[in-house]
Amino acid sequence: MAEENFLSDEFVRQLTAAGEVDILVGIPTLNNCGTIEQVVNAVQVGLVKYFPRERTALINPDGGSSDGTPEIVKNASIRDFRSLLSTTPLRTTHRITASYRPNNGMGGALRIILAAADLLRAKACAIVSPDLESITPEWIEGLVRPIYKEKFDLVTPIYHRHKFDGLLIKNIIAPMIRALYGVRIREPVGGEFALSGRLACHYLEQDVWREEVAHSGTEIWMTTSAVVDGFKVCQSFLGPKSHAPKSSAQNIVGTIQRVVGALFRCMEIQESYWLSRTETQPVPVFGFEYSSGLEPRRLNRKKMFLMFQNGVDQLAHLLESILSPETLKDIQAISQSDERTFHFPEELWVKTIYEFAASYHHTVINRDHLLQALTPLYRGKICSVLLEEQRADAEQIEKKLEDLCQQYEKLKPRLTERWTEKA
Amino acid sequence: MGNLILNTLSHTFKGFFEILALFLPRLLSMLVMIAVGFIVAIFFKALVRRIFGIEKFRKYCDSAGLTQMMRKTALPPPDVFLGQLIFWVIWLVFIVLGIDTLEISALQDQISRFFLFLPQIFVAILILFAGLLIANFFSRATLLAATNANYPSARLLSSLVRLMIIILAVTMALEQIGLGRHVVLIAFSIAFGAVMLGAAIAFGLGGRDVARRILEKRFLEQEGEGKEKEEDISPL
Repeated sequence: MAEENFLSDEFVRQLTAAGEVDILVGIPTLNNCGTIEQVVNAVQVGLVKYFPRERTALINPDGGSSDGTPEIVKNASIRDFRSLLSTTPLRTTHRITASYRPNNGMGGALRIILAAADLLRAKACAIVSPDLESITPEWIEGLVRPIYKEKFDLVTPIYHRHKFDGLLIKNIIAPMIRALYGVRIREPVGGEFALSGRLACHYLEQDVWREEVAHSGTEIWMTTSAVVDGFKVCQSFLGPKSHAPKSSAQNIVGTIQRVVGALFRCMEIQESYWLSRTETQPVPVFGFEYSSGLEPRRLNRKKMFLMFQNGVDQLAHLLESILSPETLKDIQAISQSDERTFHFPEELWVKTIYEFAASYHHTVINRDHLLQALTPLYRGKICSVLLEEQRADAEQIEKKLEDLCQQYEKLKPRLTERWTEKA
Repeated sequence: MGNLILNTLSHTFKGFFEILALFLPRLLSMLVMIAVGFIVAIFFKALVRRIFGIEKFRKYCDSAGLTQMMRKTALPPPDVFLGQLIFWVIWLVFIVLGIDTLEISALQDQISRFFLFLPQIFVAILILFAGLLIANFFSRATLLAATNANYPSARLLSSLVRLMIIILAVTMALEQIGLGRHVVLIAFSIAFGAVMLGAAIAFGLGGRDVARRILEKRFLEQEGEGKEKEEDISPL
């Protein structure tokens, strides 16, 4: 392991007491008292139901919760497994607690979980979000089995989502990772994923833990890094995903800065890989995919469109230094159209994202400012998506996403050209 | 009488030639000094442009918005500007030293005062430079934050931030070179106070309705459950 001094003595003592385990489940928390008990119970039942003979441990790095979350994790227990399962547990699941500094994002918590997986010699390690409302014991099986039984190294999730959920993933992250890295991963920033012990060691050995990308947007780095370094990646269908209300009210500017910024940074770190990559490969999927009715959403499309129009107008001189004159002209032209007939063409969107990526690489303006300048354009794209997919069914949406992915692949040479040109 | 005139003339010419004999080498020294200064200044200009012309420095200036800002004010890129600045400072020093070799007593006092003043001018230029850099950074940050938060008049707000920081930097620079120290401070205080008072009155009188709408929107939206919000859709 590269560096062990970030682990406290107390934490190492707990690991030593646990000995070796087969499966480790990590739940990083920060003030999640409302949902954490349900998550811990689902994990416990999942481990007992699907891995009754394996040695298991649950690790909870906490970022300094003030609502008693760590105590709930420690005390959460299922008194009578017989009401849930036909079997009773054969082994006890060890519970390990640790603390991390949340000011740098979730990277610190993930690093602790990886270090624990390494020291406990875990064969499989799953990470789940603490604010899930829809987690079931089957999620643990879905995440761990491909690693434990099928010898994969990284399992990314597939969720059944509302058609307007995860639009940043659908419109930027997933298609861009597919076009650049050649892997068709649907949820590269899932929040729930699993990895092998060997991949955990590999991550720990990387020299990025002092970098921003290892603290915010860690999941993107983990996914792309596994692909770049030739680890076996697969996907697992988990079912519908819903979070506690607190986390659904995300700040869009901050999310773009964190997630898109992490992807652009990964592109810099791993440019030797993706610049030469030309083909895309499907990624195996485990689990039975099904769809069910999800709650309808009310969205303020008009407000989004006005924010897009206002952003294009107010930031025109800033966008001049990021985008090519033709792209900016096209964006300004569509921003003048009527809200009811507004359409952000796929090709223009992909060109915009690629030009932002190249400008980020060449640092044409401060990088945080550059990512903030993307927000109004993202709002415009989302407004267009909402309008076009209002009455679309799952098949039509899938087709539109495929078209978008193909645009990303088609225009990759344009990105390569702008990326490699001298500033 | 004739002899007297001749004597006076010869004495005058002798004195003139003596002064000329003394002055010419000094003049020559001055010209040599200016010429050498020119060559040294050109050398340093080339050196500075080479050092600051490196990709990293250019990228830094680009990302900080300095290049863009200098372009707007019809100034050359930072590496060229620094080269020109160094050239003129070095050449000016040599010119002043050259003039000093003429040993004109009336000028010597001024020259020594100029040399005492030089470091202050340097510091003032640095303050101005840093001020422009900070002004540009914060005005852009304000513009982006205000636009993304959907505040009206984001550009006006950003221009105000830039103006205030530039005024502050100019005031500090002028104070550094000791130019009307009290006058500048008082002028700044009056200007700053006037802007703030003007803004307060404008917002209070002209923007009453806007302020009411903003407050209503903010607090009533917080109270109302189930209202349409962009954040209702999770981007991840």
